[in-house]
Amino acid sequence: MPLWLFAFFAIIAVVSALGVILQRHPVHCLLALALALLDIGALFIGLGAEALGFLQIIIYVGAIMVLFLFVIWLLNLQREGLATERIGLKVIGTLAAAALGAELCALLVHAGPAPAAPLPVDYGSLRSLARLLFANYLVAFEVTSALLLAAMVGAIGLARRIPGTNAVAAPPSDVADRLRSAAG
Amino acid sequence: MAIELVIGAVKALVVLLLVLNVTGSMLWFERKGAALIQDRIGANRAAIFGVGRRMGLPNLGLINTLIADPIKLFTKEDFVPAGADRVLHSLAPFLALFPVLVTFAVVPIGDVLRIGSRTITLQAANLPAAALYVLAVLGVGVYGVALGGWASNNRWALLGGIRASAQMISYEMAMGLAILAVVVTYGTVDLQTICRMQGGVWFGWLPRWGIVLQPVSFILLLVAGIAESKRVPFDLPEGESELVAGYFTEYSGGKQAVFMMTDFAEVVLVSVLITLFFFGGWQVPWLYADGFHFPGPHGAFLALPNYAVAILQIIAFWVKTLFFCLLQILVRWTLPRLRYDQLMGLGWKGLLPLGLLNLVVTAFVVVAVGGR
Repeated sequence: MPLWLFAFFAIIAVVSALGVILQRHPVHCLLALALALLDIGALFIGLGAEALGFLQIIIYVGAIMVLFLFVIWLLNLQREGLATERIGLKVIGTLAAAALGAELCALLVHAGPAPAAPLPVDYGSLRSLARLLFANYLVAFEVTSALLLAAMVGAIGLARRIPGTNAVAAPPSDVADRLRSAAG
Repeated sequence: MAIELVIGAVKALVVLLLVLNVTGSMLWFERKGAALIQDRIGANRAAIFGVGRRMGLPNLGLINTLIADPIKLFTKEDFVPAGADRVLHSLAPFLALFPVLVTFAVVPIGDVLRIGSRTITLQAANLPAAALYVLAVLGVGVYGVALGGWASNNRWALLGGIRASAQMISYEMAMGLAILAVVVTYGTVDLQTICRMQGGVWFGWLPRWGIVLQPVSFILLLVAGIAESKRVPFDLPEGESELVAGYFTEYSGGKQAVFMMTDFAEVVLVSVLITLFFFGGWQVPWLYADGFHFPGPHGAFLALPNYAVAILQIIAFWVKTLFFCLLQILVRWTLPRLRYDQLMGLGWKGLLPLGLLNLVVTAFVVVAVGGR
């Protein structure tokens, strides 16, 4: 990846990331976030991690951000008014941001020069990524999948309508029973 | 270096122009095909000074659909409703069209063309992870319709946008699983390699096309593809009896034309993908790099130069693509619209389990046969 191309994508990434926090309308923030994720996918591809970059675009931009869009629409979130946040949140947020910034600066200062050796032939291909996921880290990968599946089953169990009625909300003691019946 | 750039630019331009022309002619096929199916005559009014009629030619409606309608659309008032998000309203049609058009960059329309000592791959962008690229770009296409519906500040448009994005996300799963099964079968995500592996014959005569290996995937990709392009029987996002025109209710003039063009470009894209994965792409039956090897006991052979082979391959690719475009037009004017619950039921309870099952069976067979 030539330097000018990297700089181009890097500038877009920074500008769109700023757009996420500086804009007032949730839909505009979400679009900026989608652009940032798309751009980081492009950076991955340019730096040789081709499969990872495309997967990032498929999953984050193509699916997760669209679900966020749904949530914003269904909750009917509107333009956020000025000065509604509490002061405590602002203080904590500033401190956290400062800590993260300091950490990034420290990393940049201590980072060595880029390795001069050329990348291996198979680097970043779908084949090498699949080998990592399904051979080297198989157990961790499968446990993560099971965890996500459990979360999904739980969400469906919570949101399922009671048969015969139109009610969604259930008393908390009932939820565990229904989850158990949904799982078994 | 400079000549490489020129070749790349020419390839990209040729592919784009081919796609745009096929997309444009789809408009004519759609109108005249609909008329044929419904026993009407169809567009036959506009003419340039009656030249054709004086020469005794029948009016085929070409001037109507290819000249008069586009001029009319692009000279109409470009209306933006009050309270709309002006920037996103203008951006949305192009967000819808752009991903569809750039997908064609990785589509191989032929094998190789040799000019002098130079070998040119007939593919605009030679990407090793092309199948992943197709899936990624198709996923981004959701934003155009979703934002078009939202930015219009209209309830019907918003409902259409929500329906469109829900439908596209649901059927992308089936589409991805269909493509994955093909990728597992051929062991590569490179579209050019997938096409090359479909060359040759079985039993001395049957072309090694993907449809023989993956018939279930073909049906999945065809159904999910029609749903992705949001046309009848899956046109709930723009169902006119419920939502006026769905996500493009508040669009007029050129921007509406861009949305329409996106629909047709998606039809062409689905046909191109079906051709690539299941019908040999640019492969012509019994045509090899050196010419035709006809099947039969005596095995007739017809030697052809490289440029003739390349031209035949490009023609074959677009003939196959056009066939599937016409098939989709036939489907569009034959089937009635589904109900919304039927649409979601088909996607999540029909196509998704079928795709998963097909993928698992494919994986088992590939491991059992190939021992990878």
